[in-house]
Amino acid sequence: MFALLDGNNFYASCERVFRPSLKGVPLVVLSNNDGCVIARSEEAKAIGIKMGQPYFQVQHMHTTHGLVALSANFALYGDMSDRMMSLAAGMGPEQEIYSIDECFIGLHGVPEVTRRAHAICSRIQRGIGISTCVGIAPTKTLAKLANHIAKDAERKPGAYLPHLAGVCNLAEVSPQSLEYLLRLTAVSDVWGVGRKIAKRLTEHDIVTALDLRRAPVPWVRSHFGVVLERTVRELNGIACLQLETQPPPKQQIACTRSFGRPVTDLAPLLEAISHFTQRAAEKLRMQVHRCGAVHVFAHTSPFRTDDARFAQSATVQLVAPSSDTTVLLAAAQRGIRQIYEPGYRLAKAGVLLLDLTPNHQVQQSLIAPEQPTGRDMSALMEAVDHINARWGKGAVRAGSALQASGWQMRQTRMSPCYTICLGDCPSCY
Amino acid sequence: MSSKPAAGGCTTNSAKPQAIRVAPPYTVCMYSYHFLAGHPVPAHADPMPLPLAGAKVRGGFPSPAEDFAAKRIDLAKELIFHPQCTFILRLQGDSMEGAGMFDGDLLVVDKYLRPQHGDIVVAELDGEFTCKRLHMRNDQLILHPENPTYPDIRPKPGQTLEIWGVVTSSIKRFRKA
Repeated sequence: MFALLDGNNFYASCERVFRPSLKGVPLVVLSNNDGCVIARSEEAKAIGIKMGQPYFQVQHMHTTHGLVALSANFALYGDMSDRMMSLAAGMGPEQEIYSIDECFIGLHGVPEVTRRAHAICSRIQRGIGISTCVGIAPTKTLAKLANHIAKDAERKPGAYLPHLAGVCNLAEVSPQSLEYLLRLTAVSDVWGVGRKIAKRLTEHDIVTALDLRRAPVPWVRSHFGVVLERTVRELNGIACLQLETQPPPKQQIACTRSFGRPVTDLAPLLEAISHFTQRAAEKLRMQVHRCGAVHVFAHTSPFRTDDARFAQSATVQLVAPSSDTTVLLAAAQRGIRQIYEPGYRLAKAGVLLLDLTPNHQVQQSLIAPEQPTGRDMSALMEAVDHINARWGKGAVRAGSALQASGWQMRQTRMSPCYTICLGDCPSCY
Repeated sequence: MSSKPAAGGCTTNSAKPQAIRVAPPYTVCMYSYHFLAGHPVPAHADPMPLPLAGAKVRGGFPSPAEDFAAKRIDLAKELIFHPQCTFILRLQGDSMEGAGMFDGDLLVVDKYLRPQHGDIVVAELDGEFTCKRLHMRNDQLILHPENPTYPDIRPKPGQTLEIWGVVTSSIKRFRKA
């Protein structure tokens, strides 16, 4: 048996814990650089704000609906997540932290799971002020679906079986009720079914989770592959996915940002790319990996339709895997020079480090000399990371990122780091 | 394993490997350039926990304190009962001076504790945090300031009063470092 626990409107809820005046107010949290909406309170959902909507489209609701928008404060959310996960771990012997606001819990040998789940939810509510929902089922896919039901049942009383609000244990639901619940769930809401697959499934008259559960397994396998076959089996209660308590290291590292104002010239674009590369390289070294290829891209805004469109990307293969900022910078700049064309109002650019390998598994190049840059700079780079950790981000940086002060994140509406800095802790009177 | 000198790595004479821990030997990749070239292979060690007094010292006299080894006082542990549910708030104003709590004091607030009559609590009142003593009488909550110049706060009908957490201690600092 598996449980999936997640925090309701997690980012918005975190903000409300420390600012009670935000309760009952439509509240959204914006992505890095205040680009688009990444979290909404129930009130914000009710006035029609969509997930991922660009901020400028809803900005006016501040005056019409009293909308409050905050910049994402990931330091705060990370700490609250850590607290929530520790409390959630009390539900069962194993835990897989799946994302910042949700975790799977293995319930092997746990008696009275439903009662226990309710107890954990109220413990989290009482202890850190975040409301959570739990789905319990024999497979991870069904647990995810049960969580969806628990959440919806809480939000829309009447649409579902009322006793499933907050905690939904599918193992305790009669087969008829289970079919009813699966019929209520769109196939696109099933874990592992993406938008494209959902569209193709609809063409075959598979619209609800129940349809997918009844689909013949060999047919699914031949038409959609083994991944969806696994999903179908999981919907039928056969566990194919186990808990991943040790998350695999990241396969790619990205640093991308929307620009505060459109960029048309090469020089500022290079500066921005340099800044992103430097950040990505720091993340790469933190993971003790090297990368084999650097991918860069730049594009115009998809939302400003009257501008001329531009979207290009380039991948630069490195001679030998590296985590050296100077090597990565050279590659990223070469890539951006390759794709750059004047005359477009670019809205976003980014760097992706691909083909990551752990430092101790790096394969030497057969043709190129051992250290193509002349000297191994990794010790220097580590020293730079230490200096920046101690004296603040950007205390030491590469020359090309020097004037790049304008490319940091725009976070004009960020709340204080209530639980991180003593100077930021909330006041009481 | 830990007492065997690794290739250029570190060695330890500790008879009790659990007191001074050395990380598992660095995994040497078959093709490691450093290893083949005879260069020192880095040995990664965990952040070293302070050895307890029980760790054996080779030679010399056994420490007379050995049998009395104990953990040093951990202030955080003394002040915080539910680490995941404890938050720090800063007190502003003079409404609690009678309880020895002054402007600028840091409050350790436990959100998990159930508030009891007589506790000093942080409550949410009209969208703000307020710190007062809680009086619970006949199902009525009263927030009582410890300063005679302030009136008691009794929630009016329709006004929501929620206890956010219980203040378990207040920290007053006199100088830094």
